[in-house]
Amino acid sequence: MTATVPTTIPTSDVDPFAHEVLEDPLPMHAALREAGPVVHLSRHDVYAMARYAEVHAALTDWQGFQSAAGVGLSNFRYEEPWRPPSLLLEADPPRHDAPRRVLQKVLGPRALRRLHEHWRADAEALVDEVLAAGTEFDAVPVLTEVFPLRVFPDAVGIPDDGRENLLPYGDHAFNAFGPANDLVAKGAPRVAELSGWVAAQCRREVLAPGGFGAEIWAASDRGEITPEQAPLVVRSLLTAGVDTTVHALSAILHAFATHPAQWDRLRAEPSLARVAFDEAVRWESPVQTFFRTATTDVRVGDVVVPEGRKILMFLGAANRDPRRWADPDAFDLSRDPSGHVGFGMGIHQCVGQHVARLEAEALLTALARRVRAIAPAGTPVRHHNNTLRAWESLPVRLTPA
Amino acid sequence: MTASVSAPALASAPASADVATLRVVDKQVRADGVVTLDLASPSGGRLRDWTPGAHVDLVLPGGLTRQYSLCGDRFDPATYRVGVLLEPGSRGGSAYVHRELAVGDLVGVGGPRNNFPLVPSERYLFVAGGIGITPLLPMVRQAEALGADWRLLYGGRERRSMAFLDELAAFGDRVLVRPQDETGLLDLAGFLGRPRPGVRVYSCGPAPLLAAMERACADWPPYTLRTERFVAVDGGAPARTAPFEVELARTGTTVVVDPGSTVLDALGRVGVEVLSSCRRGVCGTCETTVLAGRPDHRDALLDDDERAANDCMYVCVSRSRDERLVLDL
Repeated sequence: MTATVPTTIPTSDVDPFAHEVLEDPLPMHAALREAGPVVHLSRHDVYAMARYAEVHAALTDWQGFQSAAGVGLSNFRYEEPWRPPSLLLEADPPRHDAPRRVLQKVLGPRALRRLHEHWRADAEALVDEVLAAGTEFDAVPVLTEVFPLRVFPDAVGIPDDGRENLLPYGDHAFNAFGPANDLVAKGAPRVAELSGWVAAQCRREVLAPGGFGAEIWAASDRGEITPEQAPLVVRSLLTAGVDTTVHALSAILHAFATHPAQWDRLRAEPSLARVAFDEAVRWESPVQTFFRTATTDVRVGDVVVPEGRKILMFLGAANRDPRRWADPDAFDLSRDPSGHVGFGMGIHQCVGQHVARLEAEALLTALARRVRAIAPAGTPVRHHNNTLRAWESLPVRLTPA
Repeated sequence: MTASVSAPALASAPASADVATLRVVDKQVRADGVVTLDLASPSGGRLRDWTPGAHVDLVLPGGLTRQYSLCGDRFDPATYRVGVLLEPGSRGGSAYVHRELAVGDLVGVGGPRNNFPLVPSERYLFVAGGIGITPLLPMVRQAEALGADWRLLYGGRERRSMAFLDELAAFGDRVLVRPQDETGLLDLAGFLGRPRPGVRVYSCGPAPLLAAMERACADWPPYTLRTERFVAVDGGAPARTAPFEVELARTGTTVVVDPGSTVLDALGRVGVEVLSSCRRGVCGTCETTVLAGRPDHRDALLDDDERAANDCMYVCVSRSRDERLVLDL
């Protein structure tokens, strides 16, 4: 295969999915950005983009860079997916149109207005509970996992039993976008059990009336999607809606714990909560990578990516590209983070981004009201995942206001 | 074939003026009284994505807004095509498009929005009357590409008034062309056959045709028939080409938005940063509550009812119909 790669393409033998890289991918991001607009990664024989301009252009160009061959390393043209492909993430137009339209309406900013007050109250209740129990704790199990797991499954309308399966299922799904390494092997024993549980939650009869899940089924009653598509659209919510938000909330708590002046700024101006969340998503990029597949020989700069080949897009590297962002490594609420690719861009841009922003805004607003300072209370520990940048443990000390 | 990825030179540059004002790059007569316009960004960049059944709002001189279905190729990211019928007695909209609008001219564009989406099905029946063929044209191409079982019944006054016959000829006997002066009124009952499940029926055309379709499909399962009516008259105030003021209720500031600037950029200039993402009116990130005034909606998100409520807008592309908008900022 390497014979087909012109010698003008910079090549790197880095493994983006090795543990030492997952622990701290920033040096690799910098090296790949410097190497050129497109780099060949010899270890996995794929092309890669790490600069903002090329990542942004590839994300929006669904005609040239398809998703239906899988958005992980595995090429569905030749390899069997580990589960039936997503109707959203792993689909191209025209098949992508109807599921996307339905889910976008169900999760649209206007549909979320009715959740706004509920989630604010839920966040205040959680922060009160947590502060009553103590001011020094590990924020991951106490805050950033708890809040999404408290509000999001209710909004979807799934039963209480088994919600603890959501995080390991999501963790495996995001590992499965990478190579078949130890992280994938770690999840393998529970795949059948977790997949079965998730599939059972997507059935119409278990979904509570009025929730996102019931609304998806109602759209199938109106013929907007087929009854066969409805459970897979619900599955997308359950796969992509929890881990991502948990890690984004961890990212922002870590950012504030390590940037106390920014926390003071948020407290002085609580309306910055949304900007702060998007700045944290830019800065940390909880979803680090997605792949596309070239639908034709696609020219990027001086390089032609051959038809059928995989391209790895480093969203995290693009979000810290100094060609796009001034002082990119700074977490700074005075920056306008608009245009970051942490939620992707184009027709596949995160359909749940408004849900995530609402959750984050609710939690940050509640914390800003009751907490004067957030400080690290120990060494944080990374959680390794082939796609996600995450924290396993985030010891913090809060000073009540 | 080699496609090119044109990376934006500077991603922070405002893209919205670019997607809201397009240039006429081609104009062709397709039938008696029917022209098509091809529209592209002055910079040649990507336009907002669309799906079959979508329409754009063209903002014509005097602020007249007219809706036209997109009938081109959705896989072409750089061009929109609309088909425009010269309406008898037209004073502004279609008469202007036919007689005045020329290749090279700029035209304001809102959307695309889709109130008439093609839902998934293995079997489709399409019924077009006259210029109602325009939204159905991308649908039949898509049904064909997906391998669905489909038929199109296409009626018109006379053959030479019916656009796109050459293009439709490629589909062979899936397409029934029925000019009224040759074959009389459309035989809808014969074309539709017995009511049965598993079929989606799409129809676009003049009001009498749609009324006849409603009657013909009365005994079919619910949600079988999907129609689109032409909305010829825009009830709202005309879109403004002059500057307008935006008052920020919470901040107490007022900012003037010039025709060449977006509301988002004008807000940024007075230090009010509204979070945005796509800058094209498609993602919804910059949703802003409107307290007073009527927005000129150019986004691809709100449906007609949501637009008419005038309670929110997407400031990356949408503008104002009134001299003054009051936003909850």
